[in-house]
Amino acid sequence: MMTTPSKDDPTLLVKTEKPLATSVWSHRHILGLEDFTLKEIELVLDTADTMKEVLSRPIKRVPTLRGKTIVTLFYEPSTRTRVSFELAAKNLSADVVNLSASSLSATKGESLVDTLDTLESLGADIVVMRHPHSGAPYIAAKYLKASIINAGDGWHAHPTQALLDLYTICAHRGNLKGLKVVIIGDIKHSRVARSNIWGLTTMGAEVTVCCPFTLLPIGLDKEQHHFPKVSIQPDIELALEGADVVMVLRLQLERQQGGLLPSLREYVKLYQLTDSRLKKAKAEALVMHPGPVNEGIEISPDVAHGPKSVIAEQVTNGVAVRMALLYLLSRGGE
Amino acid sequence: MSNKIVMAPEDVRRTLTRITHEIIERNKNLKHLMLVGMHTRGVPLARRMAANIEDFEGTKVPVGALDISFYRDDLASLDTQPIVHLTDIPASVDDRAIVLVDDVLYTGRSIRAAMDALIDLGRPKSIQLAVLIDRGHRELPIRADYVGKNMPSSRHEEIQVKLKETDGIDEVAIISIPPKEIIK
Repeated sequence: MMTTPSKDDPTLLVKTEKPLATSVWSHRHILGLEDFTLKEIELVLDTADTMKEVLSRPIKRVPTLRGKTIVTLFYEPSTRTRVSFELAAKNLSADVVNLSASSLSATKGESLVDTLDTLESLGADIVVMRHPHSGAPYIAAKYLKASIINAGDGWHAHPTQALLDLYTICAHRGNLKGLKVVIIGDIKHSRVARSNIWGLTTMGAEVTVCCPFTLLPIGLDKEQHHFPKVSIQPDIELALEGADVVMVLRLQLERQQGGLLPSLREYVKLYQLTDSRLKKAKAEALVMHPGPVNEGIEISPDVAHGPKSVIAEQVTNGVAVRMALLYLLSRGGE
Repeated sequence: MSNKIVMAPEDVRRTLTRITHEIIERNKNLKHLMLVGMHTRGVPLARRMAANIEDFEGTKVPVGALDISFYRDDLASLDTQPIVHLTDIPASVDDRAIVLVDDVLYTGRSIRAAMDALIDLGRPKSIQLAVLIDRGHRELPIRADYVGKNMPSSRHEEIQVKLKETDGIDEVAIISIPPKEIIK
């Protein structure tokens, strides 16, 4: 028979009345939220809460990840995600190496797998990776012993952004159950939308997407077995009716060459989140945006900086959530 | 496996009363005192001692909760990370006399981690240690200032502390595990 081991025994986990991490957490990588259970998401959010406490200290540093090496490998430009991961790693006392596409041997023709192999030989424990091709982190996870965190792959997923969005909503509402969340904008090209749809529906929220049909991913309007159920409402005023949370996506101007929108002006006229449109949502509604914000295009400046906006908070929470993920991934042993 | 109860609810209550009196005796200026319980069972113990101090002296003493997961020296050898609980220190630790409270003192490694965690928050005037049970087997030069009960034990035994707040009953038991069962 197993008994709970004594708390001070250095070879054993802390004795608690709550279930230990072993029974809840099964991830070696963070690739997408589709394989996250409700319990796992809750563990991430609870752990992020404790990280928020560390961030509130005058000296925001704990020695937890001493001796671990974390590499950020970015094949696409990024400010907040990369800096957020770097700060998260440093707050936990890990060593951080930053690589961006321009400084990589990929410009000399090195393959992704070879680059990753090299990083592993150099001692990387966790690789935080952003890549323009959907699925690239999955290949990396197959070849590497190190843990991979997907910091955005193509149109596919951006799980850490979704988790910080969930954390921000929970910080205001306590819970996501039954909340109406409206996602407005370029759903087709948005990895943030995809990851959020997985996370939000797992947490029990009801998701409505609002965009012109040309910016809707193929098949989303039909019943899907492999993708969560969402409502579609192309009319922004109807979509906003009674919303608890409004997520505005960046209109990815660099991906609008294919004639999906008749004109930018039409998009602004029909889909910009303005103060008068926001009145349709609940009085206590939250306005979110994953950044970078195109003010005056998908969102009007007075809303982006208005009282309902939690955009700045999302960035701060991003550090806490990423600290939580780094902590949960960096186990020893093996 | 055998299970021997060494402290009943009454014993736990009396012991906490005595420890509280010792804390009051040692810390003349209660205004500078803060009790900090270590997760999980140190927290309710610290709360009860603070309630006792208020009963005996009429002074409200702040009570904090400390999680040591970030400071453990064995993180590199664990298969999965321990679940972190919220650290909540209600007042500045600077120039305060802090009494750390835990249920069982064993190797002393948790206490080392707790002291590091506290010192990261500032510069306490002093750190004292109160434990319900001291079971010996120290691996670091650490001793408790206030001990509920010394309970020399074998490594094959487990000291199980139950508290009303976390387990529904106040009770301390020694559980001996035959060496065979320790392996798994």
